[in-house]
Amino acid sequence: MSLAEPLPRASGAAPGQPEWSTPGACCPTGAAVGFARTGGLARFVSDAGEGLKRLDLLVPGVHCAACIQRIEEALPKTPGLRSARVNLSLRRVSATYDPARAEPEDVVEALSRLGYPARPFDARAMHDAERDGEGRDLLARLAVAGFAAMNVMLLSVAVWSGATDATRDLLHWVSALIALPATAFAGVPFFRSALGVLRHGHVNMDVPISLALILAVGVSLFEVTESGTHAYFDAAVSLCFFLLLGRVLDHGARRHARLAAAELGGLQAHSATVVGEGGLRRVVAVEDLRPGDRIEVAAGERAPADGRVIEGASDLDRSMITGESRPEPAAIGAEIHAGVLNLSAPLLVEATATGDDTALAGIARMIQAAEGARTRYVDWALRAAKLYVPIVHLAAAVTFAGWLLAGLDLRDAVLIAAAVLIITCPCALGLAAPAVHAAAGGRLFRAGIFLKDGAALERLADVDVAVFDKTGTLTTGEPTLVEAPEAPALWSAARALAQVSRHPFSKALAAAAEARGLPAAPATALKEVPGCGVEGEIDGRPARLGRADWCGAEAAADAGSAVWLRLGDEAPVRFGFEDPLRPDAAATVAALQARGLEVRLISGDAEAAVARAAAEAGIARWRAGATPADKVAALEALAAEGRTVLMVGDGINDAPALAAAAASISPASAADVSRAAAGMALAGSRLNPVVVALDVARAAKARVFENFAFAALYNACAVPLAAFGFVTPLIAALAMSGSSIVVTLNALRMRRAGRAAEAAGEALGAPPATGGPA
Amino acid sequence: MTILLATIPASLVLGGLGLAAFLWSLRRGQYRDLEGDAARILFQDEDRPRADPPADPKG
Repeated sequence: MSLAEPLPRASGAAPGQPEWSTPGACCPTGAAVGFARTGGLARFVSDAGEGLKRLDLLVPGVHCAACIQRIEEALPKTPGLRSARVNLSLRRVSATYDPARAEPEDVVEALSRLGYPARPFDARAMHDAERDGEGRDLLARLAVAGFAAMNVMLLSVAVWSGATDATRDLLHWVSALIALPATAFAGVPFFRSALGVLRHGHVNMDVPISLALILAVGVSLFEVTESGTHAYFDAAVSLCFFLLLGRVLDHGARRHARLAAAELGGLQAHSATVVGEGGLRRVVAVEDLRPGDRIEVAAGERAPADGRVIEGASDLDRSMITGESRPEPAAIGAEIHAGVLNLSAPLLVEATATGDDTALAGIARMIQAAEGARTRYVDWALRAAKLYVPIVHLAAAVTFAGWLLAGLDLRDAVLIAAAVLIITCPCALGLAAPAVHAAAGGRLFRAGIFLKDGAALERLADVDVAVFDKTGTLTTGEPTLVEAPEAPALWSAARALAQVSRHPFSKALAAAAEARGLPAAPATALKEVPGCGVEGEIDGRPARLGRADWCGAEAAADAGSAVWLRLGDEAPVRFGFEDPLRPDAAATVAALQARGLEVRLISGDAEAAVARAAAEAGIARWRAGATPADKVAALEALAAEGRTVLMVGDGINDAPALAAAAASISPASAADVSRAAAGMALAGSRLNPVVVALDVARAAKARVFENFAFAALYNACAVPLAAFGFVTPLIAALAMSGSSIVVTLNALRMRRAGRAAEAAGEALGAPPATGGPA
Repeated sequence: MTILLATIPASLVLGGLGLAAFLWSLRRGQYRDLEGDAARILFQDEDRPRADPPADPKG
C-alpha cells in the first residue's frame, strides 16, 4: 500500500465508522487553514532540557500514516523547530523548539500551513491522565497475577488428578512459593482500598475481596505445613487475575472519559487584541485583561470580556448567550457580553468586567452549583456492593459459628468458613459493571458519541423526560433562505451585494444564489453599513440590501428574519429566512417519544420562533424566553416531581441546565462550556445519536442487571454448598472462572445494542454535514 | 516423579521470561500509541525506534 492512499480505517464512510473521520477526503489537502491568533501560548510550554522548550498541541486532524509522516518531516524543517512527534491514538503533536529562534506560536503556524488546525491544552493538568501511572501499575499487577494463575493452575491440575503424599506436598509448596509473593503484589490495590474505607468505618467490595485473598492464602499455607489436602492457592491468584481484569477495564473507561472531558473542557488559549496608547495593538491572553482595557473585536470573533462599544457599529449574534437566534445591530454605547459573536464590522470595546466578573463567569458558577446534584449519584456497582457485603460476611460468620456448635474442631470450621468467603468472592460482581461499561463506551464511540463521565451512561438509562434547547440544538443554528422572488435579475443583484458581507443572512443568500447557478451582477462602490446592510451601484442605479426600514420597506413583525433588496426606485423585495430544524430533528423527537420519553422544548428565543419549531418537531410542551436560571429552575422542578431529566443543549445559556440535568448531551457545534458541562458530546451534525445513546444506555442497564442477577443466582447455589462443606478447591476454581466468563460474554452482547436506532437514522437519509462520500 | 524437578523450574523460567518481557515493554511505554505504531510500519525510510520526549524519560 502506498502512503498516498488512505489507510482502511481512515477511509471512513463505511457503516459503523464514525462520520467525523472523513472530513471530505482522508487528510488535509496541504492547503493552509486559517490560524486563529492564539495569545498566551507561553502558559502551555514546558522545559524539554538542553535549552529546548516543548509544546504539546491537540491536532484533531491527524488520522493516518501520511499525516504522521507529513508533520514529522515538515516541522523540524521550520526554522527554530527541532523535532515533532505525533501520537495518533491521542491526536497529539509534541514539538520541541529552540526558544532563542522561535516562538510557540510558530509551531501552531507551521501546523496550520500544513493544513492542520491545532490548539494547545494544559499538558500539566492532563499529565497524570496521559502518563497513566495507575493504568500501567494495574497492568503490571494483572500480568503478574496472570503468570501466577497459569502456573499455579497447572500444578493444581496435577494435584486434582491424584497426586499424593510427597508429590502433592511438593506441588503445594511450589504453588505456595508462587502464590504468596504474587498475591502480595497483585492484591495491593484491593488491600489499599479496603484499609482506606475501613479506617473511615465503611465497607466496600474490596473488604470481602481482601478477606478472601488473605484467608485463602493463609488457610492454604496452614494446610500445606500440616500436609493437608485443601489448598486454595489457585483460587487466590485467579481471583486476583479476574478482579484486576475488571479494574483494568474500569480504569480504561474512566481514563478515556477523563481525557475526553479534558479535551472538550475548553482549556484553549483564548486571546484578545488590546489597543494601547497611540493605537499600538498587542495580543494578550484573556486572563490578563483588565477593566478599562480597550479591546478590538474583529468581525467573526467572539468578545473576550463584558464591555461597552466605544467605536464602530456592527451586528451581534447573541445566540450562544441568550438563545435568541436573530442577529441584532449594535452601535456606540451598546452593551456587549463575553462570548457574543461580532458579525459584520470591527468594534472597539471598553472592558467593564473581565475574568471572574463577566456574565459568562457567572454562568460558570451556576454550572458548578448545579453539578452538586450529580455527585450525589450512587453508581450501580456500589449499590450492589452495599447489599452484597453484609450478606456474605454474615453467611461466613454463621457457617463458622454453626460448625463450631455442631462440634467440629476449630481448624475445619475455619477452613469451611474460608471456603464460603472464597467461593462468594465477587469475581462476577466485580466484572459485571466494568465489562459492560467498557463495551458500551466502545459502542458509543463508534456511533459518534463521546462519553465523558462513566456514570452518565447509567443516569441516561433512567431518564423519562427529554428537554431540548432550540437554537443550535433542534435547529441548525444557521439561517436558510425560505422566501425569495423568482426574477433572476433580482437574485444576481442580491448575490453581488450579499457576497461582500459576513452577516449570516448575507452568507445564506449568497450560498442560495450560488446553488441556483445565478452569477453576481457587476456592482461597484460596494459598502457595508454595519447594523443596516450593504449598498452599492448596479447598472448605474443605487442598490441596497438590508434591514426593512433602511430599504424603505414597511417593517413587519418579523423584521429580524428577513432582508430586503431595493434597486433604484423599484419597490423593495423581501428575502425571508428561517433557522431550519436539523433534518432528523422530528424523527429523533418521535423516536424518543416512542421509547416512552416525554419531550419538551425550553428556549431563550422569542415565542413565535419557539412555537414554530415545537410544532414542526412534534413537541407539545414548550416554553420561550427562558434565561439560564429559568432553565435550571425548570429542570429542578421536574426533578422535584420525581422525573429524571435528559437535557440536550448547545449554547452557553444551556450549560447550567446541562450540568443540573441527570443526563445531558451536547451536539458537536456546541460552545466549549456546554460540551464541558454535558456528560456526553456528539460528533457530526445529526441528532439521531441521542436515540442511539439512549438505546445503548438502556441495553447497558439490562446487561448489568442480568449480570448482577446471575451473580446472585450463582451465590445462592454456591453458598449452601460451601457452608455444608462440599466445596473442594477444584469446585471453587471451576465455579469462579465459569461465572466470570459468563459475565464477560454477556457484556460483549452490548456490541449490537442501538443498531436498530442507528439504522433508522441512516434510512432517514440525513446526510452528515461534515461531508465525505457516503 | 523426579522429572518434576526439571519441568517445573523450566516452565517457571519460560513463563517468567515472558512476564519480564511484558513488564519491560510496559515500562518503556510501548503501549502508549498503538494506532500510531500500527501506521508507522508503513514508512519506508529509516526505521528508528521510539524517541521518548526528553522531559518524560520514564515514558
